[in-house]
Amino acid sequence: MTPERLVIGIGNPDRGDDAAGVQVARKVHAGRVIVWADCSVLMDLWDAHDDVIIVDAMNSGLPPGTIQRFDAGDKPLPARAFPSTHAFGVAETVELARSLGKLPDHLIVFGIEVADVELGMHLSDEVADAVDRVAHEIDTMLGGG
Amino acid sequence: MHDERDITVDYLARVEGEGALHLELRDNEVADLKFKIFEPPRFFEALLRGRRFGEAPDITARICGICPVAYQVSSCNAMEDAAGVAVPDQLQRLRRLIYCGEWIESHALHVYFLHAPDFLGFASGIAMAEFFPDRIEAGLALKKVGNTLMTVLGGREIHPINLRVGGFYRVPTTAELEALVPDLERALEIAVETTRWVSGFPFPQFDRDYEFVALRHPEEYAIHQGRIASSGGLDIAVDEWPDWFHEEHVEWSNALHARTSDGSSYHVGPMARYSLNSALLTGTAREEAERAGLGVTVSNPFQSIVVRAVEMVFACEEALRIIEQYRRPEQPSVEVSPAAATGHGASEAPRGLLYHRYAIDGEGLITEAHIVPPTSQNQLSIEEDLRAFVPGHVQLPDDELQWKLEQAIRNYDPCISCATHFLDLTVERR
Repeated sequence: MTPERLVIGIGNPDRGDDAAGVQVARKVHAGRVIVWADCSVLMDLWDAHDDVIIVDAMNSGLPPGTIQRFDAGDKPLPARAFPSTHAFGVAETVELARSLGKLPDHLIVFGIEVADVELGMHLSDEVADAVDRVAHEIDTMLGGG
Repeated sequence: MHDERDITVDYLARVEGEGALHLELRDNEVADLKFKIFEPPRFFEALLRGRRFGEAPDITARICGICPVAYQVSSCNAMEDAAGVAVPDQLQRLRRLIYCGEWIESHALHVYFLHAPDFLGFASGIAMAEFFPDRIEAGLALKKVGNTLMTVLGGREIHPINLRVGGFYRVPTTAELEALVPDLERALEIAVETTRWVSGFPFPQFDRDYEFVALRHPEEYAIHQGRIASSGGLDIAVDEWPDWFHEEHVEWSNALHARTSDGSSYHVGPMARYSLNSALLTGTAREEAERAGLGVTVSNPFQSIVVRAVEMVFACEEALRIIEQYRRPEQPSVEVSPAAATGHGASEAPRGLLYHRYAIDGEGLITEAHIVPPTSQNQLSIEEDLRAFVPGHVQLPDDELQWKLEQAIRNYDPCISCATHFLDLTVERR
């Protein structure tokens, strides 16, 4: 197993705040960063890693910019909080991997609550601020930054 | 006293209202039925105006994360038509090859994760994974081979960046393609097993007399080029699409509904392709179709899952055949000089015929863009299926009826189907 921590940012860069996870991944200084739009490949991506951090946009009704941290090893992710227009959102993929016995040993998922996911490349202010805070937290966790 | 039932299916995802179904029953008769979809291409048509003709493939690829190659190939075909340029056959083979990857990826996703759970009584692929882990892993393995093909030819898995008007930015070496052969051979085996598996599913008795519309090519099962043909005898060049089909607004949906010029519905997608072109399938695909009990045409939409499986067998075989015959082209693309003209292009997206039309000016700027995706062409047909299906199943409890109706919608693998396993379902009785 690779000791290196894998950081995966998920989202559509062209869809407003949906890009939050992608932006965090781009800002993180330490660790390997992969940016992705479709979650069905997550299991392949983390296949050789014990220690994985995922960041995705979240739409659970909380105020925009709210950050939530989930330990996927503890309990299932709230699927409703991570909806996806693709068949596989983060929550579905994590649960699929759990069913197949393919979860990494440690998997932390950060969710950033969105305000606006209309087509366009801007982040709303609250989400941009949350992106900075999550990137900083991950850098701290990884001992970089 | 009337017995009224309302069944409303609202869809909640990153953008609300991308797809919804409303059904109103009165005395067990369909009083009202509306199937709505949100249609991203309309936004892109406006976005494309004023952009350079060469940008269309990369911009339109963003319309769909599942079928970007379809958008790229249809837009390239249209721009090359406008410029009067013919792309050499070796480059066309590569377009067909990457398209095979997209069919494998998209069909694997739909067959295993979206549609099979309907037949087996699971709410989702995740729920199914506990009981059928081997099947789900097989589905993931197939999808991965499709992804790999897309990555090698397209530069990356999602939204490939290597296709351009006139050909490719870079063409793969023979060695790069030959490295894919073991994976594709394994994928072919899985696709065959898949076909045998899904052909044993229980299919509701339900047949429709569709007007099938698909590309047709004299020498091969049409994917990336061909003429537009129909089961009613239509045989036209792609640039005649506007003469034979039209779109109209309906008040309940922001998507346009496509009809034939005489106002009828028509059906695009795997069943249409199969019914028009099954004689041109590759050997194993033809054998498996026969073994699965498919006739020369298919008229039960619930059997579309079998047709998709057969098309996966075909796509694996075809990809292997293209790789075997591959000689690396000397040039990755041909020069395309814009002239003021209108160009038409079409190709067979996993979900069916995808038609593009562009007007460009003498500077090579797009002045008008028109994109007709498969789901908007199938929208009427979906509604008609539901109207025809409900009377024979109206005695089912609401939840079972909803399930069957969703399954009937998923027969078309509409772009919204990705989300329909996460629908909020509400039933109102009045």
